[in-house]
Amino acid sequence: MQPKTMFEKVWDRHQVVPETADTPAVLFVDLHLTHEVTSPQAFSLLRERGLKLRRPDLTIATMDHATPTRTEQVFGGAPITIESAAKQIRQLEVNVREFGVELLGLQSSLRGIVHIIGPELGLTQPGKTIVCGDSHTSTHGAFGALAFGIGTTEVGHVFATQCLLQRKAKTLAVNVHGRLTPGVGAKDLILAIIGKLGVSGGTGHVIEYRGEAIRAFDMEERMTVCNMSIEAGARAGMIAPDETTFAYLKGRLHSPQGEAWDRAVADWKTLTTDEGARFDREIDIDAAALEPMITYGTNPGMVVPVSGSIPVKPNDTVFAKSLAYMGLEPGASIKGQPVNVVFIGSCTNGRISDLRLAAQLLRGHHVAKGVHMLIVPGSQQVKRQAEAEGLDRVFIDAGADWRESGCSMCLGMNGDLVPKGEYSVSTSNRNFEGRQGVGARTLLASPLTATASAIRGRVTDPRELLHA
Amino acid sequence: MEPIKIIRSRTIVMPSSNIDTDQIIPGRFLTTTTKEGLGKQLFADWRYQPDGSEKSDFILNQPAAKGCAVLVAGRNLGCGSSREHAPWALLDYGFRAVISTEIADIFRNNSLKNGLLPIVIDEATSAWLIANPGAEVTIDLERAILTLPTGAEVKFPIEAFARYCLLNGVDELGYLLSKSAEISAYEQRV
Repeated sequence: MQPKTMFEKVWDRHQVVPETADTPAVLFVDLHLTHEVTSPQAFSLLRERGLKLRRPDLTIATMDHATPTRTEQVFGGAPITIESAAKQIRQLEVNVREFGVELLGLQSSLRGIVHIIGPELGLTQPGKTIVCGDSHTSTHGAFGALAFGIGTTEVGHVFATQCLLQRKAKTLAVNVHGRLTPGVGAKDLILAIIGKLGVSGGTGHVIEYRGEAIRAFDMEERMTVCNMSIEAGARAGMIAPDETTFAYLKGRLHSPQGEAWDRAVADWKTLTTDEGARFDREIDIDAAALEPMITYGTNPGMVVPVSGSIPVKPNDTVFAKSLAYMGLEPGASIKGQPVNVVFIGSCTNGRISDLRLAAQLLRGHHVAKGVHMLIVPGSQQVKRQAEAEGLDRVFIDAGADWRESGCSMCLGMNGDLVPKGEYSVSTSNRNFEGRQGVGARTLLASPLTATASAIRGRVTDPRELLHA
Repeated sequence: MEPIKIIRSRTIVMPSSNIDTDQIIPGRFLTTTTKEGLGKQLFADWRYQPDGSEKSDFILNQPAAKGCAVLVAGRNLGCGSSREHAPWALLDYGFRAVISTEIADIFRNNSLKNGLLPIVIDEATSAWLIANPGAEVTIDLERAILTLPTGAEVKFPIEAFARYCLLNGVDELGYLLSKSAEISAYEQRV
């Protein structure tokens, strides 16, 4: 038998109809996650065509993008400020009732960012095909699932047929050798990988992250890495399932139980890339050489070590326009740049381990004068866990703002915005112009770097505080 | 969907690379529950002042832009968010095709499914188009040929099935629904 990559194994298992020169493959979807923003027009499509939703049992809905994070608005009956967002939320409630889909609604104790709750609930499992109308669906690849974002038309296709028309992607191995050093985390690694690949380096490919540093990561760190695959242009990123994966999944709400669990684990162990399988491309990264990373421009590939300086690129007008937007100078050091806002959260870094890192650094400190630090847990489960550990007290005592879960300031759809012209160190995934608000200037970084920057009020290498 | 055979239009050129879908339509406009009317929000933050008036230096606000149905952009057009609102907004504004040396995967897929033709070309053709904004180009989907005013013919790649759907104005859902027996068989098997 020809040795296969993990991607090829998962792909082959899900081909309902194989691809030909004239037609793409019909690919079966095991789990369809859906939310309020990219689903309304897809539900409308079902109505227009008089179609049923084929597999409500493989579909789950939540609300995260446009939802408020203020407790009084989530639980206290205070009106949602943005009327169109309130309407969109109500529309999802109507749609799931009509088509029989389970909804983890605004007040559900299991609600959260769609990519945080899939794994939490044990819905995300090795070998599954998982899609969602959201590009950060790549997150679920951390479990050895083939998971990717789709548009709303395709959301409608999956509603109606539980399938997608797909051409097989190429494969790209990212081999991460050695171990990260203290103060350098999964976010720094993926930012460095995007810096190396460029924001379109992964286009047309599914990435498999491999190597010692990846194996040493816990599941939450692996999710952070896979989450940002799309920022290198790759629709999906995958990591081979192993004992770490199985330990995370065991006993979760939707994980297999009893004998079914044993059978599942035995099957999941067969998914790993075979010895001798060939990738279309490979790149190598030396983990030990990495430092805390931060972006300085308007895409995630514009990234340097926190200790580094902004590149100089004469005659590059796009680069100049980007720096003008950011209000930063070529050649300047990024460390020491004054900061107005710090955001900890998102599907990239809104899990409990991210909050623990932030709290660990923040304990005994105060957020610098004039800095607004917003901490938004990725799900209500993460929120409760953080509160059980007393992390919320650490945040509130330090002067940070502690909220209900959601996408929040990652994209500001719910009104959690960075004011025009202000600098935000954010643990989210996109530093595009206007992403966090019109004129907002976003610097992407790890939870440790973001927290250290909140304490000092300037971009700070977290190792200075860890060693202090 | 209207069948696409030939698109003939002057071009609008936006030479920036990595134009992401947050620029094509900012997130605050995604609370809509329909596809209609998004053209006025296309490139909103580049196109309008905070008070809603037009920025005169932005290409879409210049007289030469009127009536252009082909957008030429720098490398890696449509990266970032999977929002299908991006092609909806481009189509609603009046664009029928987008041209770049590289087009992000999800945006390309979303465009094809709505009848917005994503055309990937080589560096030399891109350099010519960027240097000659407003050029009258012809796109022949049947032959998959972009013709420049110089007479130069540039072959572009397009996935066979997507081309069939676009040429005939049919959408892919009908094809998927025709496979329901195979889908049922698969569901039985697993």
